[in-house]
Amino acid sequence: MSKIKSFEELKQLRKKVLTHMDIREKGDHIEELVEVRVAMATCGIAAGAREVMNIFVNKIADQGLNNIVVTQTDCMGYCYAEPTVEVRVPGKEPVVFGKVDEEKIQKIIDQYIKKGELLDGVIPMTHKEMED
Amino acid sequence: MSKYKMHVLVCGGTGCISSESEKIVKNIQECLIQHKLEEEVQVVQTGCFGFCEKGPIVKVLPDNTFYVQVKPDDAIEIVEEHIVKGRKVDRLLYKDPGSKKAIEDSKHMDFYKKQMRIALRNCGFVNPNNIEEYIARNGYYALGKVLTEMTPEQVIDEIKKSGLRGRGGGGFPTGLKWEFSRKSKSDKKYVVCNADEGDPGAFMDRSILEGDPHSIVEAMAICGYAIGADEGKVYIRAEYPLAIQRLQKAMNDAEEYGFLGDHILGTDFSFHIEIRYGAGAFVCGEETALIHSMEGERGEPTIKPPFPSESGFWGKPTNVNNVETFANIPIILLKGADWFRKIGTKKSPGTKVFALAGKINNVGLIEVPMGTTLREVIFDIGGGIKDGKKFKAVQTGGPSGGCLTEKDLDTPIDFDTLVEKGSMMGSGGMIVMDEDDCMPSVAKFYLEFTEEESCGKCTPCRIGTKRLSELLKKITSGQGTEAHLQELRRLSVVIKETALCGLGQTAPNPVLSTLNNFEEEYIAHVKDHQCPAGQCTALLQYKIDPETCVGCTVCARVCPVNAITGERKKPHSIDQKICIKCGSCYDRCPTHAIEKR
Amino acid sequence: MSDVKLTIDGKTIEVPKGTTILEAAKKLGLFIPTLCHLDLHDIKMVNQTASCRICVVEVEGVRRLMTACSTPVSEGMVVRTNTMRVLNARKTVMELILSDHPKDCLICPKSGDCELQDLAETLGIREISITGKSQSVYKKDFSPSIIRDMNKCIMCRRCETMCNDVQTVGALSGINRGFDAVVSTAFESPLVDTVCTHCGQCVAVCPVGALSEQDNVWTVVEALADPEKIVVVQTAPAVRVALGEEFGYEPGTIVTGKMVSALRQLGFNYVFDTDFAADLTIMEEATEVLDRLKRYLAGDKEVPLPILTSCCPAWVNFIESQFPELLDIPSSAKSPQQMFGSIAKSYYAEKLGIPREKMIVVSVMPCLAKKYEASREEFQVDNNPDVDLTISTRELAHLIKQANLNLHELEEEKFDQPLGESTGAGVIFGTTGGVIEAATRTAYEWLTGKELKNIDFEQLRGMDGVRVATVPIDDFKLNIGIAHGLGNARILLEEIKAGNPRNLHVIEIMACPGGCIGGGGQPYHHGNIEILKKRSAALYQEDRNKPIRKSHENPAIQELYKTYLGKPMGDKSSVLLHTTYTAKEKV
Repeated sequence: MSKIKSFEELKQLRKKVLTHMDIREKGDHIEELVEVRVAMATCGIAAGAREVMNIFVNKIADQGLNNIVVTQTDCMGYCYAEPTVEVRVPGKEPVVFGKVDEEKIQKIIDQYIKKGELLDGVIPMTHKEMED
Repeated sequence: MSKYKMHVLVCGGTGCISSESEKIVKNIQECLIQHKLEEEVQVVQTGCFGFCEKGPIVKVLPDNTFYVQVKPDDAIEIVEEHIVKGRKVDRLLYKDPGSKKAIEDSKHMDFYKKQMRIALRNCGFVNPNNIEEYIARNGYYALGKVLTEMTPEQVIDEIKKSGLRGRGGGGFPTGLKWEFSRKSKSDKKYVVCNADEGDPGAFMDRSILEGDPHSIVEAMAICGYAIGADEGKVYIRAEYPLAIQRLQKAMNDAEEYGFLGDHILGTDFSFHIEIRYGAGAFVCGEETALIHSMEGERGEPTIKPPFPSESGFWGKPTNVNNVETFANIPIILLKGADWFRKIGTKKSPGTKVFALAGKINNVGLIEVPMGTTLREVIFDIGGGIKDGKKFKAVQTGGPSGGCLTEKDLDTPIDFDTLVEKGSMMGSGGMIVMDEDDCMPSVAKFYLEFTEEESCGKCTPCRIGTKRLSELLKKITSGQGTEAHLQELRRLSVVIKETALCGLGQTAPNPVLSTLNNFEEEYIAHVKDHQCPAGQCTALLQYKIDPETCVGCTVCARVCPVNAITGERKKPHSIDQKICIKCGSCYDRCPTHAIEKR
Repeated sequence: MSDVKLTIDGKTIEVPKGTTILEAAKKLGLFIPTLCHLDLHDIKMVNQTASCRICVVEVEGVRRLMTACSTPVSEGMVVRTNTMRVLNARKTVMELILSDHPKDCLICPKSGDCELQDLAETLGIREISITGKSQSVYKKDFSPSIIRDMNKCIMCRRCETMCNDVQTVGALSGINRGFDAVVSTAFESPLVDTVCTHCGQCVAVCPVGALSEQDNVWTVVEALADPEKIVVVQTAPAVRVALGEEFGYEPGTIVTGKMVSALRQLGFNYVFDTDFAADLTIMEEATEVLDRLKRYLAGDKEVPLPILTSCCPAWVNFIESQFPELLDIPSSAKSPQQMFGSIAKSYYAEKLGIPREKMIVVSVMPCLAKKYEASREEFQVDNNPDVDLTISTRELAHLIKQANLNLHELEEEKFDQPLGESTGAGVIFGTTGGVIEAATRTAYEWLTGKELKNIDFEQLRGMDGVRVATVPIDDFKLNIGIAHGLGNARILLEEIKAGNPRNLHVIEIMACPGGCIGGGGQPYHHGNIEILKKRSAALYQEDRNKPIRKSHENPAIQELYKTYLGKPMGDKSSVLLHTTYTAKEKV
């Protein structure tokens, strides 16, 4: 590391390293963010859930979408539709999407998260009742 | 954007490390490698989370899952279940003591709900050994701002405006102290960080240095700029090896990045810091004693004036602030004095860190806005009294403070209210006592401490604390008289008024406050020779109730001195002359026929 | 400096800024009791530890009580020194001190001179109601000069201030914590194993009996009672101007004649004068000075200069342990006490026709280091010391009192001959600057061969800690340095180590402030430094009264060289009157 020689340089460095803490900062106020929960049960993983998660993370990063956080969750019970993701927009009921692939991910981001439009492949919510 | 998808934070404070948290880190890392996830999940050893009662703490992000009392063997489950499969490990989650429900996110725990973390903002969040994480949290930004956009006078004005008061005990306005140091004319000045944390039970300074050392380095440099000093010293007790190690690392990194050394951030300002070790004498927390100790002299206070801001280390103007005070500096300069003033009370803005200890459910380190009531701290955050017992008193301010009772629970805590109530803020130790605690014994405990820790310089402290402790010994061993109580009070008042430094002046506080609040308990000791709390063994009597005793002979067999006699199946009795009051019979009697009075 | 107006006990006064409440009160005639406080301004010793807390007063607007000795006055300050609250605090603090102080006043060496005892009386303490009975206990330490009985220490730290700040010796420091805190040596070693110079200034300022001299009075009584022994006594110059104080005389009263008479009545076979030995010292030392100077002026650059006087044993101890690299510069001449012992047990014993073992030499000294000096191995012949017993001025007073002698009623008598014959030069040895003045008187005449007209070298006198003066001897300018107090000595020694920039040729050093008149064995001055000035003035007076005022003109000295020694620094005098120094590594 060469010495930082001005306040400007410090500001630059800060911008660069800010992402190191991204996950922690987001976690700290997760309830204010759009949370994308990828179901990571065995069936999900087999169907490519980990890949889905990576794509989400990368897309969010590439597009600088600081209001979205990707987390993982347990089997949601829609094994027929794996990989599944649950998207929680603050103030709205959670929505689950099935058979998610790269194309769908882009749609979820562009249409549902950004514009609030629903799209095909929404799985009717049942697990809410199950929890209660 | 980092490639990590998840962060696992593991508490690396001294307390959790002694509960093998380092092994937890190692196991998690190994397990991640097995699952080829080491590139996706970052494991971070952080500073203290504060919830020491339930340590070691492991926190998984971004889903903000808070695991408590984690053992090294639990690492596999956390990785394989939570990280791989997204299934939270239910048995490691914190259970709300009321609803018994598991709470995943620490924000919803009572312990954290009412807290506001300013001084501890980075503790349990950043890796203290990673300067870039600190920078990402706006670290050294305040220093950059101060050096490039503010004059020293403006810095001092801002601190003065913030109303920040010294967190080390007395609550002296920090900005004013800086101003005095600035105005003292000298070719050389020093900034000293007082990290000689000595109150029994208080560990906030250690935690800050362990969890967020850069904030202290940054604040000291800012202070140096403000008062016109180019050299800083951190006086830290050698019993804090981890804090020393992390601070040293922070100083080295700060130097490498150009936040310490010559021409910081390309400006004309230069600042160097050196660590000085103390041997852990309580009195060396007093600033003049601290300075003498740093000079290699005997650690004892000298009269003020001259104040260190005029004549301190090597006779040069020296600004001494404690760790927690410094930890507040960068954020005040970042967010502004007005922001800070809005927190806390009018005369004591900001927050205060408290170390909760004693008979309280949630032992740990907390930070709350000034003006929070004792009740909120003890019952909401602290989770109330252990084992459902009754709250009796709380000692604030360590050995220099006093004990507060039920009637003080709704007092908003700040520097002045605590003094009004006969106690003080001190460094923020809070020891909670329940109905089983004998107040004269509590006073005796503290006086034994000050008696040991007195430097021995002035008469009232050297001899006075000894006499107080002797009197309390008499009272708690059943040899006390009512005259002793009067003497206790007279001596306490005189010591308070005449001792040379803060240590001696406050040493009688535990005596006076217990005497004022629990006089009847003292009287019971000296008049009836009874200890109502049942703690003073010398005053106890064990007796067997002949009605309840079934003559099982257990008590006679466990008695180590053969004080209990009786025939099988007939009531037994205890010979009081032989009984050593060990309580073995009491603990073992199957029919609870033995009473303790 | 600007003035500050304040009120003390209803009286208003204006004092300069920086004045303490105690000083301001004194100006109003209000004497606030103190214990640890000691202000010897003239010798730069101010003990302001504010540790005893006796002098507390009420200051309006301040919650706690303030110590008058350390609190500077401020504008508009309102002070009360005698409220119930103050009196109660003072009394309680006093009781606390007494609760940890032995109650053996009857047999305490400080009894009657104890400031704690006086204070207990002033405060009217009639019982110690504080019930704690435990008392801190430490091992007693005996050195040939000083006894440390730290059970009596009240932690005023005066000794420490004196030892460290004034004398810069550093033998004493606070150790331990809390109730066990006490002033002690490094590693609690016995004083003899430390850098202690035995100057006794710690004893001079100790307010209680924690530090006292090794008392030899009874051994002297036993010696006097031994019919087999011839007991000879010598008395140092500074004793005669201070002894009277113990008997109610004004400080500075010269009691030489009465002292001689008392000693004779006590049973000493011969009452002699150390002044005689002082003249002898000048003979040797002046010879040495001239020898070195002549070699120096002849171009010998190896000559160790400046030459330092060596009469003061504490000073010798100091240089041996603190400046071992400078051990070649002091004069090798023994001190007057040791020269006297050496001559008494050789020349005079031979004259009497007795073996040296039959003679007991007692010396009366203003000094405690003299006790240590007398015990040094190099001052013994076949295990028989040149000086057997040394007692201080205070001990002599005790001895006189024990023998029921009333100094006031004694006739003035004269010293015995020949070792009682002395000059004015020998007398002024007792005050700072005196030795060098005496040496200059002789050196001048020897160097120039002319008679010295103006004998009084005023430029060498005074009380400044470090003084430098130039005395013209024909066309040679003799540069003289004088220091009294070891801290001042250190300043000059450092200067020499740094290359002697002021080109000093001779330096006189006395370990005690004021010289021997302020010695550790003198009647206690209790902080009144004016006493030292009066003693000094008395010595100069005694000098003026003497018919002969130059050492080399002392007929007894001339006789001694003619019949016994030969010449100064000759074979015999080198053996009898000179010594060597050894570096001492001490803690």
